[in-house]
Amino acid sequence: MEEGRFYVGIVKIDNANIVTSNLDKIIHWSQKNSLWPLTFGLACCAIEMISAAASRHDIARFGMEVFRPSPRQADVMIVAGTVTRKMAPAVKRLFDQMAEPKWVVAMGACACSGGLFPTYSVVQGVDQIVPVDVYIPGCPVRPEALFDGLIKLQNSIKQG
Amino acid sequence: MVLNLGPQHPSTHGVLRVILILDGEIVVDAKPDIGFLHRGIEKLAEHRTYHQTIVFTDRLDYLAALSNNLAYVLAVEKLLQLEIPKRAHYIRIALVELQRIASHLFWLGTHAHDLGAMTPLFYSLREREAIMDIFETVTGSRLTPSFMRIGGVAADMDSSSVRDIQKFIANFSERVDDYEMLLTGNPIWKSRTCGVGIIPSEECINLGLSGPLLRASGCGWDIRKSTPYSSYDDFDFEIPVGSTGDVYDRYLVRIKEMRQSAWIVSQAIEGLPEGRWIAREQAAVFPDKQGVASDIYAMIHHFNLVLEGVRPPAGEVYHSIESPRGELGFYIVSNGGNQPLRLKIRAPSFVNLQSLVRMVKGKLLSDAIASISTIDIVLAEVDR
Amino acid sequence: MDIKILSETLGQCIIEIESFNTEVTLIVDRRSILTVCDFLKNDPRLLFDFLSDCCGVDRFPESPRYWVVYHIYSIAHNHRVSIKASLDDAKPVIDSVVSIWQSADWMERECYDMFGIEFRNHPDMRRILMPDDFQGFPLRKDFPLEGLE
Repeated sequence: MEEGRFYVGIVKIDNANIVTSNLDKIIHWSQKNSLWPLTFGLACCAIEMISAAASRHDIARFGMEVFRPSPRQADVMIVAGTVTRKMAPAVKRLFDQMAEPKWVVAMGACACSGGLFPTYSVVQGVDQIVPVDVYIPGCPVRPEALFDGLIKLQNSIKQG
Repeated sequence: MVLNLGPQHPSTHGVLRVILILDGEIVVDAKPDIGFLHRGIEKLAEHRTYHQTIVFTDRLDYLAALSNNLAYVLAVEKLLQLEIPKRAHYIRIALVELQRIASHLFWLGTHAHDLGAMTPLFYSLREREAIMDIFETVTGSRLTPSFMRIGGVAADMDSSSVRDIQKFIANFSERVDDYEMLLTGNPIWKSRTCGVGIIPSEECINLGLSGPLLRASGCGWDIRKSTPYSSYDDFDFEIPVGSTGDVYDRYLVRIKEMRQSAWIVSQAIEGLPEGRWIAREQAAVFPDKQGVASDIYAMIHHFNLVLEGVRPPAGEVYHSIESPRGELGFYIVSNGGNQPLRLKIRAPSFVNLQSLVRMVKGKLLSDAIASISTIDIVLAEVDR
Repeated sequence: MDIKILSETLGQCIIEIESFNTEVTLIVDRRSILTVCDFLKNDPRLLFDFLSDCCGVDRFPESPRYWVVYHIYSIAHNHRVSIKASLDDAKPVIDSVVSIWQSADWMERECYDMFGIEFRNHPDMRRILMPDDFQGFPLRKDFPLEGLE
């Protein structure tokens, strides 16, 4: 079986059509197509994230319009903006509160590596606090670039 | 009961933490805790040249980035006592007023969303996307343009951009009518906003409130009229003033401001004078790109400005403008070097947020949410 | 605004009056800051009812090192003035003007947070932007940009 291909079979038993497949593949397919993001906009990138959710760019095409305020109900934490030292414990706590499986997307230069701000109060990249799955560079990240990063996340989920 | 309206919350417009002490649904006390987005921009400016700091000013009030650029650049030009061409003034005003409309549109969408009305958010973001497209064609970026330069603007505005802006303005008034149709006469909207978050005008002045918050309470102070900058006195526009100073009045003031801004933009575009978009051959101003490629003196000038920066005379200057949120001021202290000795940003959201406690004490929790969003804060400006 | 009103009434409280372009700055004695501000706010010819900004400046290695600067505006008369007061290098303390302009509340807290300048009689003198347990005062010239850690 080729890695990444989605195999589906149909079995007929007494006129009933039964669809068979690989359980992992079905679970990954459903996970990737309905990732629920946590509302975690910190700074300017949050505005582009909201624009991505609005009608022109429409994140609902990817099943992700359901932004959940509570981490217990969210799958992916899109860290959009600068993480400061004062905010860092909150970021860690929210990440810990999310249930498995969970993913983190570092959106923007500030979340990837501290961005424009090599200062006393800014954490130089959110990967110093939580493990990051996808890094999206940009300042701010265009909604199209955010989708590119989210599609990469979806592909990595699809591959397990 | 102590309730933590934490730094991560859908209605706090960013990373604001408010510690609410509640008695049932009534707020007994509120203690805002800010600093979750403090990035040290003022300290960074002391380690960068004057031109390099323009980029940081976008990230202060990211919903009105061009206003921030303008305020900073005007302060530096005041320090250098530079003359700016008329065309640059008009381009600046057209962009800054479009930015005011974009900022108020975003405020309208999120304010309505906080109070439970989701539809205006999608409508207002649709118009805002049209403005973002205009900004992209004129300045190169949607959200953080860094388009103002010391001496003018970074590039000229061509006729296709002018046509795009005219097309936008032609349709805009009907769109504002759409928003008003959804909200202004709506009984649910009025019951959630009338009589909420009232601050009388003398208290507003004492609390340092400026912008739509102050004007909604009855005081008609607007820096564009009182101390016109950047040729605002060439334009004819009204300053909407409210009467009661509640959340509903602030909503009405901002809606009217959007209409007035559209009128100012159309005047600026119709009357755009010929000329240069940036001052010519001044020590502090970047030379034209064509010159840099062909003329050795222009190249040396460009080189020096990029590496060394401009050296204003020793002195201090404070300049403020009317940003969509209020009085946005920059205080620059120069000791004659190529980096400012001190850059202080007078952020309207920082001062306006102090009034939150006054607005919510003794009121319901849901009114507290309406009060937070009516102040129209941008946390990056509050925390700098 | 007639600058002579200021020197006539406030006399010794004002050390110097600077003028740059159209801007007027009064350098005042820090011990008389409340007298000066009270007069500026309440005199009917001046009526400086709006405090735009209050900030600190660290002019290290000059001495005096710490300065507090107030930018005030009169909505009625449409004039502006700035007030500067130098502070003691070793122990920078000045009276709080919260009783005159309530907007000074958070502005003075930020001054304290960034420079370590204390304001006497401030209702809530504690850090505002940095975490409560933060060590050091970030905007001082001897504090490094990247922080101490």
